[in-house]
Amino acid sequence: MTEHGDLDHVSGRTTTGHEWDGIKELNTPLPRWWLTTFYLTILWAVGYWIVYPAWPLLWSHTTGIWNYSTRAEVAAELANLEKIRGDKMVALGNASLEEIEKNPALLALARARGKTVFGDNCAPCHGSGGAGAKGYPNLNDDEWLWGGSLDQIMQTIQFGARSGHPKAHESAMLAFGKEGVLKKDQIVTVANYVRSLSGLPTAAGYDAAAGAKIFAENCTSCHGDNGKGNQELGAPDLTDKIWLYGSDEASLVETINSGRAGVMPAWVGRLDPSTIKALTVYVHSLGGGK
Amino acid sequence: MNPSSTAKSMTLGEAGLVTVFSLTAFLCLLAVAMAQDTAFAFHAALSSAASLWAVIAIGNRYFARPSLPPQEINGRPNYNMGPIKFSAVMSVIWGIAGFAVGLLIASQLAWPSLNFDLPWTSFGRLRPLHTSAVIFAFGGNVLIASSLYVVQKTCRVRLAGDLAPWFVVIGYNYFILVAGTGYLLGVTQSKEYAEPEWYADLWLTIVWVVYLLVFLGTIIKRKEPHIFVANWFYLAFIVTIAVLHLGNNPAVPVSVFGSKSYVAWAGVQDAMFQWWYGHNAVGFFLTAGFLAIMYYFIPKRAERPIYSYRLSIIHFWSLIFLYIWAGPHHLHYTALPDWAQTLGMTFSIMLWMPSWGGMINGLMTLSGAWDKLRTDPVLRMLVVSVAFYGMSTFEGPMMSIKVVNSLSHYTDWTIGHVHSGALGWVGFVSFGALYCLIPWLWDRKGLYSLKLVNWHFWTATIGIVLYISAMWVSGILQGLMWRAYTSLGFLEYSFIETVEAMHPFYIIRAAGGGLFLIGSLIMAYNLWMTVRVGEAEVQSPVALQPAE
Repeated sequence: MTEHGDLDHVSGRTTTGHEWDGIKELNTPLPRWWLTTFYLTILWAVGYWIVYPAWPLLWSHTTGIWNYSTRAEVAAELANLEKIRGDKMVALGNASLEEIEKNPALLALARARGKTVFGDNCAPCHGSGGAGAKGYPNLNDDEWLWGGSLDQIMQTIQFGARSGHPKAHESAMLAFGKEGVLKKDQIVTVANYVRSLSGLPTAAGYDAAAGAKIFAENCTSCHGDNGKGNQELGAPDLTDKIWLYGSDEASLVETINSGRAGVMPAWVGRLDPSTIKALTVYVHSLGGGK
Repeated sequence: MNPSSTAKSMTLGEAGLVTVFSLTAFLCLLAVAMAQDTAFAFHAALSSAASLWAVIAIGNRYFARPSLPPQEINGRPNYNMGPIKFSAVMSVIWGIAGFAVGLLIASQLAWPSLNFDLPWTSFGRLRPLHTSAVIFAFGGNVLIASSLYVVQKTCRVRLAGDLAPWFVVIGYNYFILVAGTGYLLGVTQSKEYAEPEWYADLWLTIVWVVYLLVFLGTIIKRKEPHIFVANWFYLAFIVTIAVLHLGNNPAVPVSVFGSKSYVAWAGVQDAMFQWWYGHNAVGFFLTAGFLAIMYYFIPKRAERPIYSYRLSIIHFWSLIFLYIWAGPHHLHYTALPDWAQTLGMTFSIMLWMPSWGGMINGLMTLSGAWDKLRTDPVLRMLVVSVAFYGMSTFEGPMMSIKVVNSLSHYTDWTIGHVHSGALGWVGFVSFGALYCLIPWLWDRKGLYSLKLVNWHFWTATIGIVLYISAMWVSGILQGLMWRAYTSLGFLEYSFIETVEAMHPFYIIRAAGGGLFLIGSLIMAYNLWMTVRVGEAEVQSPVALQPAE
């Protein structure tokens, strides 16, 4: 190894004289543009420290000459939003549901607000178009478990179903098999009877008279003599073709055996009153509002 | 009496390790009996079996070896290549596994039914499996293999320690095994890139300290007067990772016989520690370590001197000094105090040129050898990796600026940024290093097929371009949709609508990842054939002249 390095003929520079496993290093100075840019970034950083909060002190920190804070920025943005929304949301909050329905300006506002809120809060269960899924009611049809008037929809949104809120809808489908009320063969028989109510085919050898008897003794108190349901109790109409948990025999047997008690959360306290109103109007407008 | 049997005696390391592993085999068996949860019982059983295997392996090695391997043979250093071969092979295996899991979770994002409704195959468990497999298993093995190779060659001495290098490579891969199986079983401390639980962390600490000792021990007994630049970077990587690991992971186990623990830090302090760790895992694992690879393999392959010694010094010290401050830019607009956010951002900006110093030194080393890019796809891979490095180290500081970050944060743009660095820089520089290393380790004249390297290069490059451009578009789209307001002052889009808008880009991303995986399979075949049927290199019998 030489201390002064060799001349590299390609670059015209000398090497440092070091060599490791055949690797040498050129004595190239720092690129000027690189060094200048490095200094500029440092200068910029120092400038930034002067105007923004930057360095911790013993009990506080430097605040910067612009007195900037992230929290103040958020507060300003929220205030600006309130300004854009202006009095319209206040008007929405003061109007009754019927007044909103009749006033085209308020109705458009409520639907726009409702659509956004629905997408972020309701869509995970009810689907982005409100079409529902197994166990989550379809909001586009005209069958309503707890009623489809504006007031009834708002009641459900505010307090939910089996949500733990004292005003929530509480009643639930009983577990007739697990509670020992009905035996396995009785459940199969009444499941077939329920299928027959909406014109679905029944299993071979099914005893229609026995089915009607079991239904009359156990189910009519909630679902009504003719199986048309009862919105006071959230008992669905069994004569239409709309099924929350499936209409095949196995699903019905499971429903009757183990019961059903799906949960809808209470939104009061999580969404402000005018937002709940907007959401009510939006859900009402999805197709089945009464 | 056989005189050779009296000439050898058990080393302190052999005797010590046999004792320790015998004890742990027994203690782990005890832990199986006392275990509070099945995952812990499984890991204890695995550790007991592994300890038993270690005792037998050390014993067998002792009875088979004539005496300790000499430091030199005929005046030439007797390099220790066994552990390096092991680590290099593991890197290829883990790499393919990690890329494959990445492809699966990318597909899960496009088609959620691919979660299969099973806990073990859910995105939440497979995502850390992917990140750990590619960063720590693939990247880590490349770093360990290349560092142990480079430090020997550039110090012209055999690795320090006899069993220690084997302890490092096997111990590290055992850590990966425990971490990975833990994720699948649901064992996690929920800190990003630091998911393994307390017992895996403790084991890694021991392995890492031994790694540091082996590396330092080799440097200390070097036959070269100066320490080569790659070794500075490797040393910075090893030391800092030890500090980060210890800083981020203190935890109190619920039971010493259970897998669950609680991290010592809480709230915003925990967040700060986490991203100090997280960002410097990028800085010192994925940058400093792989820059070391660049500093050895590019000049070696290009057969050109390193562009600038002075630049290497200045950018090394400025890089390691500035990087360690940059973590808070992961916590912009959070509960982290404004002053800490400012420091994170400004230090990220100042980091731009120190990062680019490495790029300049890598690219400009090619001056006088640019023509080789046409004929040598391995060199092309190394050079393109440096170009990706330059791109993502510009993008990073830019994204750390608060106004840019307010758009980019939490979006796919971050994922795109990470992958331009991970696939383009770390992936390509690792592939380039493996294409050099495997023929050297197995004394082959060259690779089985340069044409296949070319195929790998183009398949993977197209894959990366698809991946990062899809994520740029989807990330910016996502950010703009999140902040869009209607004229009435309400959010224009619900979250679910932004998810729907991402779908086509998720498919493109998965396609890009698929191409990258195919490329790595081509590489694995090529390396396998190099070892199997490659032409052996005839070693020159003449000893190297020692430095004057």
